[in-house]
Amino acid sequence: MSNKKHITLNVNGKTEEFLAEPRELLIYTLRERLNITGPHIGCDTSHCGACTVTIDGKSVKSCTMFSVQAEGAVITTIEGIGDPDNLHPLQNAFKEHHGLQCGYCTPGMITRATKLLEETPNPTEEEIRFGMAGNICRCTGYQNIVKSIKAAAAEMNAAKEAAE
Amino acid sequence: MIPAAFEYYRPKDMAGVLSILEKHGDDARVMAGGHSLIPMMKLRMADVPHLIDLQDVEGMSDIEIGSDSIKIGALVTQADIIDHAALAQAAPILREAALQIADPQVRYMGTVGGNVANGDPGNDMPGLMQCLDASFTVVGQDGERTVPARDFYEAAYMTAREDDEVLTKITIPSPKGGYAYEKQKRKIGDYATAAAAVQIVKDGGCCVSASIAMTNLSDTPIFSEASGAALVGKTVDDAALKAAVSAMLGDIDPTEDNRGPVAFKNHVAGVILRRAIERAWSRA
Repeated sequence: MSNKKHITLNVNGKTEEFLAEPRELLIYTLRERLNITGPHIGCDTSHCGACTVTIDGKSVKSCTMFSVQAEGAVITTIEGIGDPDNLHPLQNAFKEHHGLQCGYCTPGMITRATKLLEETPNPTEEEIRFGMAGNICRCTGYQNIVKSIKAAAAEMNAAKEAAE
Repeated sequence: MIPAAFEYYRPKDMAGVLSILEKHGDDARVMAGGHSLIPMMKLRMADVPHLIDLQDVEGMSDIEIGSDSIKIGALVTQADIIDHAALAQAAPILREAALQIADPQVRYMGTVGGNVANGDPGNDMPGLMQCLDASFTVVGQDGERTVPARDFYEAAYMTAREDDEVLTKITIPSPKGGYAYEKQKRKIGDYATAAAAVQIVKDGGCCVSASIAMTNLSDTPIFSEASGAALVGKTVDDAALKAAVSAMLGDIDPTEDNRGPVAFKNHVAGVILRRAIERAWSRA
């Protein structure tokens, strides 16, 4: 019954155009249509944050948005944040400070953390825990995630100061 | 989880929204941030053959702070509430409550309009709006009408809004005095086991007015007039607190669920209200 919609998204700097049913959720568009498999499906019920992407400057759980709602939006996933030869300071800090164990939640964690540090460049531990409350990790106990984000913030602030 | 198929509409104005609602009746639903509706559609507990996305409708995303009232467009998000410095000044209880709703990702998307219009007894804004004596503007084919928040909620998911009406705006008389929104929840993202919204005016060490509403302790939010009345004319001491809690317990009607049995909920409601009154009083 449902008419497919023409959808245009900018994902990690690349324009993607396709036809999709309105009920297609963004996480499925990313993973199955565009083969961008960094954002993960954890709970599929808007709780865990493994599917977090940045949409027009907001951290969004992509399991809880229809792709058609994002028509015209600029989307960044973990793939757009860094790559193995050129890690983002957050990716590097997660590696250095053991901010992950199994790694399943990590793309969502880091994607959310990029936005957190944009809004709060020098966060306290409390601000990190509050700002990351929409992302669940079942391995680490969060201790090293907090450490990683703090370390990345320090590195990014130092780099910014050096550039000024 | 994949919801059932639906037709999607993204009208540019309210006339467009209303004509789709008129054509499809209760087969059509409006959606703002979608963070209540989409999970229900994915679980197939909500069947929405015609989904109307409000995001392009103009004039519903503003916060206006007037001299005696505050107007909040239905599409204002929880994150907008938190970030709005002048609003935090004029009605700090809104920011205090919004910070306790869900998690950062959900607050970027979740709107105040959706939160109050949905009629979910777990939502925090309905009780808060009752405490503040807000009114809701709804628009339909016959024009606009205004419904006080204290008269809006009929039962779980049942409100004074008709199926072919859209809630567009919330108007709040500028709150006075001390405030607190206190919420007990099992974990981030959960609804309240109990929550209390309190606004108190103090004069000469005495309470001259108190407004109290409770969240998730009945199938609607509960504005407890008796609880507020128990504080008026008193210095808020232990006896007054006990009287207010006891009056509130007479107004709520919690049911047992995964947050606990009725006795536990009554207990938590009392603890939370006491804390809320004490904090509001200390700020009054």
